[in-house]
Formats: sequence, structure tokens, C-alpha cells
Amino acid sequence: MALALGGYFSSGSNVFTASLVTVQSWFSSRFVAVQEFLTAPRDMASLRQRNTELETEVSELQAQVIQLQQEVGETQILAALVDFSRANPENTYKAAAVIGEDPSPFLQYVIINRGSNDGIQRGMPVVTNQGLVGRVDAVIADAARIQLITDPASNVNVRLQNAEADASLIGSVTGDVTLDLIPQDVALEPGDLVLTSGLGGGYPPDLIVGQVVNIRTRDFDLFQQAAVQPVVDFNHLQIVLVIVNFKPVDFSTLKPLP
Amino acid sequence: MRNLIAVPVIFLAVLLQSAIVSRITLLSGIADLPLVMLAAWAMQEEVETAWHWAIAAGVLVGFVSGLSWVVPVLSYLFVIALAQVLQRRVWQAPLLAMFSITFLGTIGLSFFSLVVLRFSGIDLPIVDVFGLVTLPGILLNMLLAVSVFAVMRDLARWVYPALEVE
Repeated sequence: MALALGGYFSSGSNVFTASLVTVQSWFSSRFVAVQEFLTAPRDMASLRQRNTELETEVSELQAQVIQLQQEVGETQILAALVDFSRANPENTYKAAAVIGEDPSPFLQYVIINRGSNDGIQRGMPVVTNQGLVGRVDAVIADAARIQLITDPASNVNVRLQNAEADASLIGSVTGDVTLDLIPQDVALEPGDLVLTSGLGGGYPPDLIVGQVVNIRTRDFDLFQQAAVQPVVDFNHLQIVLVIVNFKPVDFSTLKPLP
Repeated sequence: MRNLIAVPVIFLAVLLQSAIVSRITLLSGIADLPLVMLAAWAMQEEVETAWHWAIAAGVLVGFVSGLSWVVPVLSYLFVIALAQVLQRRVWQAPLLAMFSITFLGTIGLSFFSLVVLRFSGIDLPIVDVFGLVTLPGILLNMLLAVSVFAVMRDLARWVYPALEVE
């Protein structure tokens, strides 16, 4: 006791405690290593399961985001169509979704999901909030086929707003539209607005069709021609409006029988 | 009884053609899924009903399309006839025959379309049609040909299992 109190054992106890700590550290580190070895596989499995759950959740959320984006796009289109129908209250519209295109590359038709059950009839004009799309060519109970103004067989009587002249708008196999039968004395300019004239009774008057982009005038031709940029983007048609209160004039009864 | 698979397959092909394939354009050309499908079907040795498939698919396409039903019916029958001839002569290289039928069949479809449209009063510029519609259509049909051939071969083995065992 006296020696200990006198500090004569301090160096010996230091050596002893240091050895003890070293041994305990060695045991502790080995125990932790063994514990990690035994528990790690279980953690990996649970982590993998958790990862799978999260990946599933992420993919579900991504699908929801895509669906919501589509719904927002459709809502914007519908809102624009509602604005258009309010701005043109003289017509009655029936909205329809474009569900297909003509299987033939030579024709420019689209198929919509409204038919005779919804009051759609052959010859009714079809528009979007941007302008004229075409007219109903054939109808079944729940679907209809629309001939676009870009179809090679399409022929729309139009007028040039600035030039105060009538012309004929014809389509093509490539989907381009051209103005024909423009009198030579009419002064055309790029940017002139093209509207339906209503002549012939096939379409109501004053529907926007497009703008003149390129004019071809040759002295030896009877008429001028012009390329037109349609206001409707026919490559991304999703929802259209059928004007259901317009009855096209049927001239077939006026034609003489052979 | 398994031959009745033609009904849903043809409906599905025309539906896919109208809803999806027609919207994938190269210049102004599009692929013709029913045409490629019929070519692949007629190339299978066991198949005996290719003519029926062609008429059914042609009538259905004619119903959906603004083009007269005469065009798809004639074109698809032409494709089957080509397949029957080439299958016997190039039987060791079915894919080569498939590509040949697709190539000639697409040209035939364009030809029939042009003729019928001309009789309808729509005169299309032949050079534009060939460069902007027919050639891109051939390329797209060729791209479809291999995968469609594989699918139709599996379908033929399912419809005619007994012959495959032999």
C-alpha cells in the first residue's frame, strides 16, 4: 500500500492497463468483424428488397407523370377548342378524337371516334381552333373518316382576304396544298390569309385555311398558282371539331342524267 | 380450327396499321403491315390459307381506307402469288425471298393505287410518287420484314403443329 501510494507501481499498472486495453480492442474488433460477417447478408437482402420496392414506386410515379402530362396536353387542346366554339357561336360543334389514319400513303384521311350515333353525317366540315381540317367522307355508327384538305382529291373553294379574289385550294400526295385558278390580275403577296369562300356549298364561309407562302406567276399561264402553309398542323391532329349544324349543298340532283 | 386465328390477326394488323404504322412516315411513305404480314405468312411451307387471308385483309383495309377496296385486294393477292412462286424457287433462302416479295409487293401496291386513282380522276405525278412514297415505303417494309417473318413463322408452327413434327 505504502509503495503504491508512493507511486512506485505506476509504471507497472500502466503497462498492465495498456495490455488490457490492447487485448480488449483486439477482441472487440474481431467480434465486430464476425458480427458484420453474420449480419451483412441479411442487410443486403433487405436493401435489395427495398431497392426493388423503390424502383417499382419510381416507375409507377413516372407512368403517372406521363399520364398527367398527356392529360394536361389534352386539357389545353380542349380549352382552346372551347374558346374557339365560344368565339364562333353560330356553329354547333361535336368534338372527336383522331384515332387513326388512312392505311394508304396516297390519300390523306384520318379516322375519328364519332359516327352517326353522335349525329355526324357525310359532308360535314371539320375544324380545329386553328382552322379548317377537312370534311366527313364516310360514316359508320361509332366512327367517321375525314378527308383532309391536303388530300390529292380535295378541292376547297377559298378567297384571299387581302386580294379580294376567289381561288381553288387543292391537296397533293405529299400533303402540300396549292392555290390554283387565281386570276392573273390579282396582286398576291406572301402572308396573305386564305379563307373558305363558301362557294359551292361544301364548306361554310370564312374558315381560316392558311397563308400564302410562295407565288408562281408565269405570263403564258391562264392563272397564277401559290403554295399555302395550312394553319392546322396535320401531323399532330389529336382532337377535332365537327360542325354538325352545317348541311352541305347537294348538287347531284342538278346534274343531267346520262 | 386453329385457322380461325386469321380473324384476330388480320384485325390486329389492320388496326395497328391505321393507328400506329400509318403515322410513322419517311418522307411521304409508310410501311404496310398487312402486306408484309401476308408475304411472311405465304412464305411458310405449311400454310394453305394464304389466299383467304389476302382477300380478308384486302377487304378490311379497303373498308378502312378511302381508296377503293379493289387496290388492297388485288395487291395482296399479287403478293401471295409472288410468294407462292418465289417460295418454290428460293426455298433455301427464305429471308431473301421475303425481301424480294416485300420489294415487288410494295411496287405492285403503288402501281395498282396509281391506276385506280387515275381512273377515279386523280392524276398523281409518277416521279414524285416513286421518290416520295414508294421508295420510302419499300425501305420501311424491309425494316419490318425480318421481325414479321419471325412472328409469322412461329404462328405457322402453332397453327400447323402436326406437319412440323413430320
